[in-house]
Amino acid sequence: MGNKQTTFTDEQLEAYQDCTFFTRKEVLSLHSRFRELAPHLVPLDYTNNPDIRVPLTLIVTMPELKENPFRDRIVETFSEDGQGNLSFNDFVDMFSALCETSPRELKNIYAFKIYDYNRDNFICKEDLTKTLNKLTKGELTPEEVTLVCDKAIEEADLDGDSKLSFADFENMISKAPDFLSNFHIRI
Amino acid sequence: MPRKIDQSTLDEVGIEVDGDLSDSDDGGAQKRPNRRQAGGRGAARGRGRGKKPASEDEDEDEEDEDDAPRRRRGANNKKPTKKRGGGDDEDESEDDAPKRKRGGAANKKRGGKAQDSDDEDSGNEKGKKGRKGGGKKGGKEEEDSKGKKGDAKGKDKGKDKDDDKDKDKKKKKKKGDSSSDSNSNSDEEEESMSEGEMAQLMEEVEEKKKLIAIIRNKPWRMKRRLVLLREAQQFVDKFEGALGKGKGRKWYAYKVMMTKKWIKFQRDFENFRTACIPWERKIKEVESHFGSSVASYFIFLRWMYGMNLVLFGFTFGLVVIPEVLMGLPYGSIPRKTVPRPEQPTAQDYSVLMDFNGYCKYSVLFYGYYNDQRTIGLLKFRLPLSYLMVGIGTFGYSLMVVIRTMAKNADVGGGDGEEGEFTFAWKMFTSWDYLIGNAETADNKYASITTSFKESIVDEQENQKDENIHLRRFLRVLANFLITCSLGGSGYLIYFVVKRSQEFATRDDLSWYEKNELEIIMSLLGLVCPPLFETIAELEDYHPRIALKWQLGRIFALFLGNLYTFLFALFDEVNTKLLEEEGIKNASIWALKEYYANYSMMMNDSEATPPPMDPSDVIRGPCWETAVGIEFVKLTVSDIQVTYLTILIGDFARAVIVRFLNYCWCWDLEAGFPSYGEFDISGNVLGLVFNQGMIWMGAFFAPGLVGINVLRLLSSMYYQCWAVMATNVPHERVFKASKSNNFYMGLLLLILFLSLLPVVYTIMTLPPSFDCGPFSGKTKMFDVIMETIDLDLPAFMGTLFSYAANPGLIIPAVLLMVLAIYYLNSVSEAYQNSNMELKKKMQMARDEEKNRRNNTDSTNQVMKDLEDLLPNRSLAPPAPPEPEKKPEPEAKPTKTKPGAAGKGVNLQKDVALATPNPNARGPVRQPPGPRGPGPGPGPGQGRGRGRGPPPR
Repeated sequence: MGNKQTTFTDEQLEAYQDCTFFTRKEVLSLHSRFRELAPHLVPLDYTNNPDIRVPLTLIVTMPELKENPFRDRIVETFSEDGQGNLSFNDFVDMFSALCETSPRELKNIYAFKIYDYNRDNFICKEDLTKTLNKLTKGELTPEEVTLVCDKAIEEADLDGDSKLSFADFENMISKAPDFLSNFHIRI
Repeated sequence: MPRKIDQSTLDEVGIEVDGDLSDSDDGGAQKRPNRRQAGGRGAARGRGRGKKPASEDEDEDEEDEDDAPRRRRGANNKKPTKKRGGGDDEDESEDDAPKRKRGGAANKKRGGKAQDSDDEDSGNEKGKKGRKGGGKKGGKEEEDSKGKKGDAKGKDKGKDKDDDKDKDKKKKKKKGDSSSDSNSNSDEEEESMSEGEMAQLMEEVEEKKKLIAIIRNKPWRMKRRLVLLREAQQFVDKFEGALGKGKGRKWYAYKVMMTKKWIKFQRDFENFRTACIPWERKIKEVESHFGSSVASYFIFLRWMYGMNLVLFGFTFGLVVIPEVLMGLPYGSIPRKTVPRPEQPTAQDYSVLMDFNGYCKYSVLFYGYYNDQRTIGLLKFRLPLSYLMVGIGTFGYSLMVVIRTMAKNADVGGGDGEEGEFTFAWKMFTSWDYLIGNAETADNKYASITTSFKESIVDEQENQKDENIHLRRFLRVLANFLITCSLGGSGYLIYFVVKRSQEFATRDDLSWYEKNELEIIMSLLGLVCPPLFETIAELEDYHPRIALKWQLGRIFALFLGNLYTFLFALFDEVNTKLLEEEGIKNASIWALKEYYANYSMMMNDSEATPPPMDPSDVIRGPCWETAVGIEFVKLTVSDIQVTYLTILIGDFARAVIVRFLNYCWCWDLEAGFPSYGEFDISGNVLGLVFNQGMIWMGAFFAPGLVGINVLRLLSSMYYQCWAVMATNVPHERVFKASKSNNFYMGLLLLILFLSLLPVVYTIMTLPPSFDCGPFSGKTKMFDVIMETIDLDLPAFMGTLFSYAANPGLIIPAVLLMVLAIYYLNSVSEAYQNSNMELKKKMQMARDEEKNRRNNTDSTNQVMKDLEDLLPNRSLAPPAPPEPEKKPEPEAKPTKTKPGAAGKGVNLQKDVALATPNPNARGPVRQPPGPRGPGPGPGPGQGRGRGRGPPPR
């Protein structure tokens, strides 16, 4: 409670600290960041857990996400309604999962969700194509895209259903050397 | 913990909780049940311990019994899905949610209904467990503890369940909690009960604590997490104090905090360490534009810089600076003075640029150092240090090169693994989520595109298979041609060297004849590399391999260059040595003459003559300094040539192409001159050979290392700028091999080649009599003998003499050879087993794939058959047929979906489920490897149950 204006109760802060990888200060700064996005929407006082959602269009203007080709997907993945509207809980959740200290297993799950565009719990060829086009800004020719997608599925698909289930994905990503170092956002 | 007290506290807690409960009965919120459960349970416990009617107990037991299998089943259900992964995890958890809610609701109801009756206990327990099971994904531990709980209860309330007790005993033994075990049957039933309860409670508390500790690792929505956390915390708060664990909490919190801090520190340190690596961003930038092959050159350059920095530290710290600080100043003795005839021109620019004049008699070169055994107050043994640094330079370089090679080889070892997921990794892990800067993001996009293109080139290279015989023939032809041209140039060099020796004896030489050797060498260096490149076109290798060949060939050519230079140098040294003999006598004679003259003029043999002016003393040629100057000159001219080439060949060309393009007949940028590509092979070889010069020359010119460090430093910035500003990416971008061991191999070879002449001079040639730290000794390494004799205790000397005994050395060498042989065979064996394992892994993977595909393919066959059937009969009743097929497969995987659900019912179930994979997930996902209805083709969808494929 020690803050000038009570944003969270001590219990809330403790709970956030237990549920995320953030310290008290970081939670508070996250709140101020969240509030910056939509000052008219987000109240300063969060002690009574107001259910306020900030739309995707505002979230992706954050400098941490601005340049990310998957920013929309990230926000959508972490929003509870799936539309990209984030409540503060979702917001904290997002940065907690993407922060440096979160474990590989958690990141695997969220990475899978992010790359699964159509949310059918499989990464299929369309998902891969979308991913690739976002990664390369569409610089590859369609043939190259098809080739790369085919190869990627061929490499990682264990059960031969020509799409990647989470097990395939996890198996693949857990061996990747720079997944952990790349898949995090510092805030 | 004293039991009695605990009991009493527990009782108290229970009562208290009861009171609390009655207050918050109608809270009704979802978060509530837990608290209530906990409370209710505590109350029940507390009371049950004291005075428990048996009838109720039986009731409870039955309920418990009822619950146990259900719970366990739930856990079992969950385990496979967990294993399968979080893809379905979400489904699962969503699926769970209602269950949990139901459980919670049930609890609530019960709680409301029978708040004061002990009966509620088990109900609450159930709900709680159900929820917990949902949350915890039915870990084994969980199950265990649940079982235990049930057992403990069974024991508590009437001992009518013998098997339960047995189980209980077993469990208790397993837990090592057996102290109370024997008590369970004894008359101290109360005591034992409390013991059991305690253990159970403690375990639960531990569990909750664990949940609190790892809740942040769960892929749940924050809301759910917060709720669960609150519940768990409340539970722990309530019972931890009761269990006398309150103090442990602080300690625990402290521990957690410390681990957090430690992890943070480690990360920060790691970040700091990586931040200390210089030019990381510069190289990344180059890499993003030019691909990893060009970047590999810069990485190599950086590595060289690091190594040279260490060499520089040794040389300057142990030789140059002590000499400057503690040695005799300039002009004190002949070797530190410019001779009188040279003095007028000693400061001329042209002389200094040739490293003569003041440069020659400076700390940069061997000749400046004095042979005083110790210098300064610290009694620093400079000659010894000089020799040690000279040898240490090679030792250190060897060590570093070999270590790096080994490390790279290690990386290369993992290459097989890496090849598995090239594209998938690129796709999913190449974007750096930290990037927040538009320019960096653009670079990253470029680099990712480049890397994809590299991989595509690699892939296409793999797939290409044309006329292999023609290719082989062409490759053999190319190699033949190149061997011919190498041999030809070798002979040419040999011929020219011979001729130059012949010319050396003559005086009437034309300009060409004087410089013939240099001209021929430069011509060869100019003509051969492009020639090799042209010939290499025949081979049609992958650019990465072609680069290696090219490097190897040019290296072979340059070796000739190097060795002619060395032979010329040794010739010079030999003549200097001869000359020296004469001068030595002359100088001694001159000194005597001087003294004689002096005493004659003074007519006083007693008076000591004033020492001769140091600049007047006749001195020898000091071949070491001459060699050092040669190397320094070579290095400097190399730097000049390199920089000028970049400036003219790349920068001027780029400027012309860029700005003349506006007023030219054809398109300069796309047409003939175009922009230059970065010449990887030339630059790498330049660097390698330059390093060879440094190694050879460092012994004779300690300042050379400093010059080299400056060169590498400036080169880094200059070349980075030049490549970014003036060059274009290679036409075929290719990925550098992960381990640039090839460069290292070249470097190692050069290191050996440069080691040879230096060691030869140290071991065999006599040092100059009047310059350098070893003057006056017959061999340079006599310094070591001297040190052993004078500075070390006598027994060390004898020890060394023993060690130098051939009788010891030969066995030692033999031993080493044996060790090498042994290690070699061991490594071979490891390699074999490694290969074997890799093969096995591959096979296992293939098998796995096959197994899955086989079911698929057999299925395909079945389907084809089924297809044929209706086609033949053209009858509609075909569809049920394929429907039946999946049934027997799918059925065993289901956990009893109602025994009656056979035939049509199940069919419908499946058919209904198919359109929505999400809904079907949990049902169809067996623990086994089978995917959810693997359709053979993507077009087919997953609808195995939907009937025959439309064909």
